[in-house]
Amino acid sequence: MAEADTANTPRPTRWVRDPLLWVLAAFGALTYGLPHAEGVFGALFPELERPVYLQEPFAELVWRHLALVLVSSALATAVGLGAGIAVTRRSGRVFEPMMQTLAATGQTLPPIAVLALAVPVVGFGDRPALIALALYGLLPVLQAALAGLAAVPQAALESARAMGMTPAQVLRQVEIPLALPVWLAGVRTSVIINIGTAAIASTVGAKTLGSPLIVGLSGFNTAYVIQGALLVGLLAVAVDMGFERLARRVAWSN
Amino acid sequence: MIEFQNIGKSYDGVMAVDNLNLHIAQGELVVFIGPSGSGKSTALKMINRMIDHDRGHILLEGREIDSFDVRELRRRMGYAIQSVGLFPHWTVARNIATVPQLLGWPRERIHQRVCELLTLFGMAPAQFLQRLPHQLSGGQQQRVGVARALAADPAVLLMDEPFGALDPVTRATLQLELKRVHQSSGKTIVLVTHDIDEALLLADRIVLLNHGQVVQVATPLALLSNPADDFVLDFVGRADLGIKLLSLKPVAPLVCRAPAPPGSPTLANTASLREAVATLAVHGASVLSIVNLQQEVVGSLHAADVFSPATPSHG
Amino acid sequence: MRWQAHPVLAVCTTLGLWAAWALPVARLAPNRLLSGEPVFLSALLPGWAGWMVLPLIVLVFSPTQAPAPIPTVSAPGGLMDRWHPVTTLLLMAALLAGLFWLVGRYAQQVTFTESRLARTSLGAGFWSLLALAWLASLDAVQHLTRSAVLRHALMGGVALPFVTLLMLGVGHDLSILKEYANRDDVFWTAVRRHLQIVAVATLPSVLLALPLAWACSRFTRLRQAVFPLLNIIQTIPSIALFGLFMAPLAWLALRFPALSQAGISGVGLAPAVLALVLYSLLPITRSALAGLDQVPEATQTAARAMGMSAGQIFWRVELPLALPVLLPGLRTAVVQTIGLAAVTALVGAGGLGSLMFDGLFSAANDLVLLGVLPIVLLAMLVDALFKAAISFTRPATVLDGAPPVAQLADAGRYTA
Repeated sequence: MAEADTANTPRPTRWVRDPLLWVLAAFGALTYGLPHAEGVFGALFPELERPVYLQEPFAELVWRHLALVLVSSALATAVGLGAGIAVTRRSGRVFEPMMQTLAATGQTLPPIAVLALAVPVVGFGDRPALIALALYGLLPVLQAALAGLAAVPQAALESARAMGMTPAQVLRQVEIPLALPVWLAGVRTSVIINIGTAAIASTVGAKTLGSPLIVGLSGFNTAYVIQGALLVGLLAVAVDMGFERLARRVAWSN
Repeated sequence: MIEFQNIGKSYDGVMAVDNLNLHIAQGELVVFIGPSGSGKSTALKMINRMIDHDRGHILLEGREIDSFDVRELRRRMGYAIQSVGLFPHWTVARNIATVPQLLGWPRERIHQRVCELLTLFGMAPAQFLQRLPHQLSGGQQQRVGVARALAADPAVLLMDEPFGALDPVTRATLQLELKRVHQSSGKTIVLVTHDIDEALLLADRIVLLNHGQVVQVATPLALLSNPADDFVLDFVGRADLGIKLLSLKPVAPLVCRAPAPPGSPTLANTASLREAVATLAVHGASVLSIVNLQQEVVGSLHAADVFSPATPSHG
Repeated sequence: MRWQAHPVLAVCTTLGLWAAWALPVARLAPNRLLSGEPVFLSALLPGWAGWMVLPLIVLVFSPTQAPAPIPTVSAPGGLMDRWHPVTTLLLMAALLAGLFWLVGRYAQQVTFTESRLARTSLGAGFWSLLALAWLASLDAVQHLTRSAVLRHALMGGVALPFVTLLMLGVGHDLSILKEYANRDDVFWTAVRRHLQIVAVATLPSVLLALPLAWACSRFTRLRQAVFPLLNIIQTIPSIALFGLFMAPLAWLALRFPALSQAGISGVGLAPAVLALVLYSLLPITRSALAGLDQVPEATQTAARAMGMSAGQIFWRVELPLALPVLLPGLRTAVVQTIGLAAVTALVGAGGLGSLMFDGLFSAANDLVLLGVLPIVLLAMLVDALFKAAISFTRPATVLDGAPPVAQLADAGRYTA
């Protein structure tokens, strides 16, 4: 129903009504505008000496946060999809139930646990964050990889084989396009969780959008907390909306 | 065309197919039929190596199928299954074009072939080319499935219970369409079904299997007239054996030139004796007026002639 | 009979052998502040111990009729089929217990020979071997039974010798257990607090979600409005939501002193529980709604025809029938809450998270572990209990199998 509306409204109006654009605009405004908002926050929290987080520019924190999430998610996606494909091939099928259980059981662990456990192993800083995010982000992707491939209709696979497609052709032309919507959902879950975990990663020494939050919480600076929370919240919502758009384009059935 | 020599296949010690020997001539429509577990699907799938045989040889045009590259072998055969297996993310056109594209045909030729096939199955290309499978009815999907199997103009068409999932009306329509396509294209077709009426309608020869072994290989008429044993008799339907036999016989030889009395019920000259008997019974008549396609009277059919094997009583 | 390499076991054994050789099974540090020197398994084992690998090799390459089939309802599998997984489980249990005993004994020796401040902590090798043994056991139980309850019970059984040794005091000289001994009351307070947070957050969430789901099943408009909103909440990182609630709650507590007397303020339980309730809403509402949706129309009509009121229909007919779909969603919500409750320590709510973060901020690895391990175990325990409950509502279901695509999201987590 909403689709019909957007099809009929003229282009400029459509841009104006696009929620994703508003969220991105708000996010951009905050990132670059907050350092100049001392007056506002000073008025709201008169008891605070430093009403605005100035240790690093917000833009830098955004960049570092995004970098952490992007790299870890790329790794997680590559390994997750690769493993998913590998264990659904003839030679790898023995490992499939194990992978299935691993992906499901692993997700009962809280991501914060994986983050905390990485510290004794690799120390503090960006590294435990990256490892934890990659490892934890792997699980929803793996689960989605397996589910997506399992959802490909058997009849289609049988026909493809019978028509003389090589296994590689079957994978490329039939399995992957049909599994893609589910895969995308898995990647979406993984990325959104990673954005949240990356915020908490400030506790292990990584500099991300969570830093104003953590510093604010330990220093009882509510203004810092709000600034950090707004930014990371808007980021997460924007990324989720972006994935929603992507999902609609990838869906081959309506 | 296709030859089975001492073919055997076992699963966990059970013989799914046991000592199958069969020669399928070019242009023949052979039906494999039998109860569940008789090995009919297994036998079919051994032709395009979807299942590999344990013993014996299968020859395609005199050459062992094992000596072909399996992909090349499969691209030379069409394969249609009950659940159709259309690719849900591709349009009808793209689905049908699958094998031609694998073979590297030029785009124009593919497009031409797709339209040709859609028309052959009574589906207007303009309407159906860009549709997606989930937008088609069951019958339409199966038509597209068979069209896809025929796309690269294979010499052999393999069909595994293709009409099993359809409602009776659609099934009957598609059976007739297949018969028509077979007659006009002259392709070799191997069809698996569990429906004896379908087999009797379509087959040039029927291969009746039970527990992996061939019980009888015969034309429909021979199968009904001379069943090899009780199993065959029961399978073809002991009770209405006679009626089924009648459905295989045309009315033409028994039609005499003298016109029927006015008010007699009419029957097409292409009908079978079964329809003649039914019409006679329903109207309580003893004579039928036989008409051709243009509805012109060409003769009459007397009930007495239908039920006696002697020469027509009237000239 | 043919010789068969069991792939999962082979992989676990190969990795295990590498881990046992290359990774330290313990670390010895002169005091609490320095990180320790690695101690390898080879140092702890007597010379002939190398032969102990033999049973494992035998298991990996063992003769079988065919690959051990996963038992089905109709083919439960005989005793002969099961010898392999059973032996695997016994071996894993012995391995775990033995390893722990070795390290514990070593730690004990250290307290006699080194200074009082010396610490022996469990090393990467120990944890890797633990994980691999767990994996191998997981594979073995899948070949033994289909029942989720039995599978979890067997896994618990594998851990039993290990736990028994723990109870008997073996390993009490290990640093992590010393840490526990030092803070034992703090630890249990934290555990109680953690459970309290989870309970206080889950109950209101269920009480809110069920009526909401019922309303959504009646009014499609509501459904279309509610779920996008819940989705947005779910997307926001937990720490952000906790943070965003702090200021308003603090302001409210200032304006209405009665609230702050009741314990509601900008820090502590209030912002934590509020956010946790909101986070649990989506999984519970969604699964409750899905459960209500699949109650057959005919059943509801029959109930109405029998003269039941709307309320009676809901509680006596719809809800019980919706249970098999509702419970997995509830499971997701509770397990998620257990994890998120760890983050609430940052807003002052206490719980096991506070131990964890204390450890992180003071670079005390053992404290971190003392906080994290109970959270992980708690999550796994609750997950197992729910799976058992679910299997009672749906006896023939295999819960560790491929989740239906539509329920994919309910099987996993939503937010961090």
